[in-house]
Amino acid sequence: MALAEYKYKDILHRCFRCGYCKFPTNWIDVNNCPAYARFRMESYSCGGRLWLTRAWLNGEIDWTDHLAQIMYSCTACKNCEEKCPLRFNVDIVDMIRATKSEMVERGLIPSVVKEFLENIQRQGNPYGKARAKRGEWIGGTGIPQYEGQEFLYYVGCVGSYDTRAQETARTLGKVLIKAGLPFGVLGSEENCDGNEVNTLGEETLFEMLAEENIQKFRDLGVTKIVTLSPHSYNTMKNDYPRFDGSFEVRHYTQLLRDLITQGKLNFSGGLNARVTYHDPCFLGRWNGEYDTPRQILNSIPGIELIEMEKNKTGALCCGGGGGNFYTDFLAGSESSPARIRAREAYATGASILAVACPNCMTMLEDAVKAEGLEGELAVKDISEIVAEVCGLA
Amino acid sequence: MDNVKKALAEIVGEDHVSAEPEELYIYSYDLGTTEPHRPDYAVAPRTTEEVQGIVKLANKEKIPVVPLGGGLSLAGLAVPLRGGIALDLKRMDTIIEVNEKARYALVECGVSQAQMCSYLERYHPTLTHSEPGAPGPATIGGNVAIHGQGDLAQPYGFSSDMINGLEIVLPTGEVCRFGSCSISAGWFTLHPLPDLGLFLGWSGTTGIITKVSLRLFPCKRIRGTGQFVVEDEELVPEVMHKLTHTQMAEDIIAYSQAIPPFTSGLHHITINIGGDSEEELEFKQKLLWDDTLGEYIRRGDGGFLGFRRGLDRPVVAKTSDWRKGGGFEYVGAIMPVDTYPECYRRGREISERHDIPYTVLGRCIGMSHAMMFSWTYAFNRADPESIRQAREALHESDDLALELGGTLWKPGLYGQKLVMERMDSNTLELMKKVKQLLDPNGIMNPGNWEVA
Repeated sequence: MALAEYKYKDILHRCFRCGYCKFPTNWIDVNNCPAYARFRMESYSCGGRLWLTRAWLNGEIDWTDHLAQIMYSCTACKNCEEKCPLRFNVDIVDMIRATKSEMVERGLIPSVVKEFLENIQRQGNPYGKARAKRGEWIGGTGIPQYEGQEFLYYVGCVGSYDTRAQETARTLGKVLIKAGLPFGVLGSEENCDGNEVNTLGEETLFEMLAEENIQKFRDLGVTKIVTLSPHSYNTMKNDYPRFDGSFEVRHYTQLLRDLITQGKLNFSGGLNARVTYHDPCFLGRWNGEYDTPRQILNSIPGIELIEMEKNKTGALCCGGGGGNFYTDFLAGSESSPARIRAREAYATGASILAVACPNCMTMLEDAVKAEGLEGELAVKDISEIVAEVCGLA
Repeated sequence: MDNVKKALAEIVGEDHVSAEPEELYIYSYDLGTTEPHRPDYAVAPRTTEEVQGIVKLANKEKIPVVPLGGGLSLAGLAVPLRGGIALDLKRMDTIIEVNEKARYALVECGVSQAQMCSYLERYHPTLTHSEPGAPGPATIGGNVAIHGQGDLAQPYGFSSDMINGLEIVLPTGEVCRFGSCSISAGWFTLHPLPDLGLFLGWSGTTGIITKVSLRLFPCKRIRGTGQFVVEDEELVPEVMHKLTHTQMAEDIIAYSQAIPPFTSGLHHITINIGGDSEEELEFKQKLLWDDTLGEYIRRGDGGFLGFRRGLDRPVVAKTSDWRKGGGFEYVGAIMPVDTYPECYRRGREISERHDIPYTVLGRCIGMSHAMMFSWTYAFNRADPESIRQAREALHESDDLALELGGTLWKPGLYGQKLVMERMDSNTLELMKKVKQLLDPNGIMNPGNWEVA
């Protein structure tokens, strides 16, 4: 594809590369673009990616594996859109996604991205693990299979396969059972939601996944979905309607907040701890949900919620978005965004780093270990904290 | 991996050196109209010692070194004209110390202006620094390396007049400190000797600024901006003079622009003031609006457009989107204040001749001792003809500034040539000797300020 055929050909050149896209809301550093934070070269900033896209499509530079890595190091966290002062800012992440799509079309993607996508195509998950094993996380928890209950509890790939995230998935299931919520899961029948496939620019595979999921949900009579992952929440809420898949989709924190408010979840105790909360990009910047997770934490007796300096619209991404929890382009350094975020959390004096996303959980827990903060800073999902005070842990 | 890249990687780590086409492409470009020139390496050091190592290597290999802060000079001052190492200094971004009592901040060169503001607002709210009109990612080191000015230029002058100490890596690799820091642990004054004045404003051609002790100033609890407007450009120098006489303003800027069309031809004068109490603010407002500007209002020559509390951080990058083209560049000249009317009229003519909506601005430096006058030209990055038009307009503005008796601030190559052609021959010779003495191998940002 030449520049003339690029979807954003009329605005691509409008990036001045002033660098605002690197800042958090409070301007305290220039590290809020995860890829730029990791490498600190202009090429890895949002503006760098836009200029390189134009240079590539113009024929000023050739495609290289390095160029592809620069593009795929974007986690789609939307910090750039939040901070860019220019009028085209709402399209920035999609401009990068369009570049990735072009690389997909031409078969010019990094091998690890190819592997990620092929695994999803073959097994419905990025890890390449057997589809049949997708429901193994349930174990003997008694979490029911979906059979027309009011809610479908959609777990997602990370919650289904990652060992640590599986614990979170089970814990949330137990909490929902305790609240008396009529729900069920798909287990081995569940398929990838496609959010990461979409951000990686594989449009055809994404459409296929979305359409298959929508058809399955329709066949099963699903009307309400509660998701473990903000990534699933995002795509089912915002992308599936494009394929006539309109369901009532909620992230689990939104449901838990209501269950607590309605008195359906009673705390048997409190938690005397200083807690800081990390905003997941796909809940926060993508969907504007900043308050609900905080309301849950503030409702728990004994918790002192301390904000990190960079929070809400200015939160630093854990570095796991855009498939990077698997492709890992940002790993291997103390400048890896997850490690920076772990240090920021530790600096608050909190003993618990609360998360609301299985991707963030895995990224930040690894980072806490890499920083040698095990025993000083525990990474816990909000569902796990709620389970603890409900006497389920 | 070639030997130089390998040696650079040993100094800064493999993640922070690149000879890949992508980095070389990005660092070949300025954001203005300057033609790109590719470096051979892009390197991002973290410490003074690493900078020192890079410079020593560059001397050994006779490779140019082009220091880069935010890369926002727009005049092409960090474009590697002869290749070599593009030295991105933004990883050196630690605020080392803020001394509240002595009112200074010791920072690494790569600390951004916005980071500095945010840090002071949070942790030292009674202090502020002179924030330039450049985008927030502009760095402290970069700004003093080009004699920048900020929003305290009216009372205190150029940013490079607000320095209490410097750490420099010389072109031959030695680390030197200037000011009290060279003889003690305190970074509280640059003067007297060993202040040699050889590095501020030299655009990285005489050494690399690695640490800066920056003067801080009292930050009033309430700050805000008043707007006054006149139709007759001849009144602007007089208004500026009267305003500075009050010694009440923090920043005084006069500007005029074609967009939006209903304000075209008007001259807005923005006046920043501050007060620790409502009484102080009220007193200053009365002195400025009633006692000083009242006569113009009564005569119908000017209008007061109101006072707004809070200072907005300038978002000059929006200028780049005026033509939906992603680019702008300006000529900044240091001019006598009484040249404002001519600067405006002639600048407007240049803009109209090149079919570019005009934008001119004069910021008071010192007590009307001078002003930084800018002629800004937006262009469309995707349209070579638009870039050519802007470049021509810029050159005409360079010529105009000198014709009107001014001097150029951070000029690009064209403006540098004009300045050196007019410079006193003994001064020019001294510049040449200083550069030769400091930089015997001619590695520092070569192509800039080169005396024939």
